[in-house]
Amino acid sequence: MTILRYRLLLPLASALAFIGLWVVASSLAGPRLLPGPLSVVTAMLEGVRTGTLVGDLAATLSRTAAAFVLAMGFGSALGYALGRRPLLDRFVDPWIVLLLNLPALVVIILIYVWFGLTEAAAVAAVAINKLPNTVVVVREGARALDPALDDVARVFRFGTARRLRHVVVPQLAPYLMAAARSGLSLVWKIVLIVELLGRSNGIGFALGNAFQLFDVSAILANALAFVLVMLLIETLVVQPLERRSNRWRRRPA
Amino acid sequence: MNAAATAGAAGPLDVSIAAKAFTGADGARVEVVRDLQFAMPSGCFGALIGPSGCGKTTVLRMIAGLDADFDGTIARPGRGRLAMVFQEPALLPWRTVDENIRLCMDAAGVEGRGLDAMLGMLGLAGHRARFPSELSLGLARRVALARAFIVEPDLLLLDEPFVSLDEATARRLRAELAALHAATRPTTLMVTHDVEEALLLCDRLFVLGGTPASVVHVMDVTVPREDRTDEVVAALRRDLAEARSSHG
Repeated sequence: MTILRYRLLLPLASALAFIGLWVVASSLAGPRLLPGPLSVVTAMLEGVRTGTLVGDLAATLSRTAAAFVLAMGFGSALGYALGRRPLLDRFVDPWIVLLLNLPALVVIILIYVWFGLTEAAAVAAVAINKLPNTVVVVREGARALDPALDDVARVFRFGTARRLRHVVVPQLAPYLMAAARSGLSLVWKIVLIVELLGRSNGIGFALGNAFQLFDVSAILANALAFVLVMLLIETLVVQPLERRSNRWRRRPA
Repeated sequence: MNAAATAGAAGPLDVSIAAKAFTGADGARVEVVRDLQFAMPSGCFGALIGPSGCGKTTVLRMIAGLDADFDGTIARPGRGRLAMVFQEPALLPWRTVDENIRLCMDAAGVEGRGLDAMLGMLGLAGHRARFPSELSLGLARRVALARAFIVEPDLLLLDEPFVSLDEATARRLRAELAALHAATRPTTLMVTHDVEEALLLCDRLFVLGGTPASVVHVMDVTVPREDRTDEVVAALRRDLAEARSSHG
């Protein structure tokens, strides 16, 4: 009963309270400024029926996935290298600080100016925005690697692949998960800006159109649809992955 | 346990370290080892003994290839396949007992036909699916022993393998180590600060001393291991003390 209460009833009550607040706010502000839940859901269903919402969603999702994989892949490799090699770290660190503090918009505009309004430029611009964040988090993990386990891998001649898979990655797992979590939410937000500025499809492009038409229902419908998809990814992919990588921590008493 | 284990493990361990120094925090070089030499024939169980902080573990790490920053040569027996039992069990916490052992077997390319018997002998048969965090220190140390012996090493290094265990558990583990060594006879070198432990288990003792450290005394223990009762060990200890004092 307690488990049921905490795991189901509380989130349900929270969702209902949110919708209730939304209805009240909508009736206060008027349907033009803030349409109620019903008209937003109607707009969503309409988007699904005509296929525009699904198409935009697919475009944004594939850009998000591509940029996410690139940023995580290169960022993890670079972060690991910097965490293990202090001299290299000292050399590269100023660049990382620079990238960390460069506004996303500046990176996007520069990449578009230099490489044109192409798909590759769009994805690259997003990946570069996420990259330094991954580097910093994974570097911290690489610095915290247990030297005793490294000795085991060396004495028993594990070789690179075995060492990475069984010794290094499990130790980096919490850092990789943290980078992935914050990364996913960051990446899709930046993808929208990239789409707004230089693509002719995707949720960002649709939001830009809706903004010009002052269609708040469409704005909310697009945003809500994407948040729902990301929630699904979080519960169906990220959380099971996290549980799996933490399996060994659980100890029956 | 594995008859095949003794086949290729020929050749002595020959250690000759001219100098080993560390760079201290203030940048000064501190010499910890100078002219340290000793050798062991194949299949011998040797011990490096000496007071804490005399450089035993440093020497063992050099022999293990974990520290290559020294002047000198180290010839390892056979194909040079190593195994080591560390001061801490150093098991991978995210792998089960079974996976921890199998990883080392796979890396060494051995089939591990004696694994079931070995785990049975060490009392680990019922713990194979457990994670290291679910094991007592004694059990974790046994896993570390199993992992080291199952790879059929040409050279087995033990760094204070029974430190911080209660005496009863340490006693049982020493007996199990003796049995494992008797079954396959890998060339073995143990670091310990416990002279009795060395006298109980080993064929040859290398006493380290001085700063920088070197081998100041070598003692062969010829009494068969099964005859080394508490009284015999006590007598051996007196012999060692006498021999060292007469040495100067």
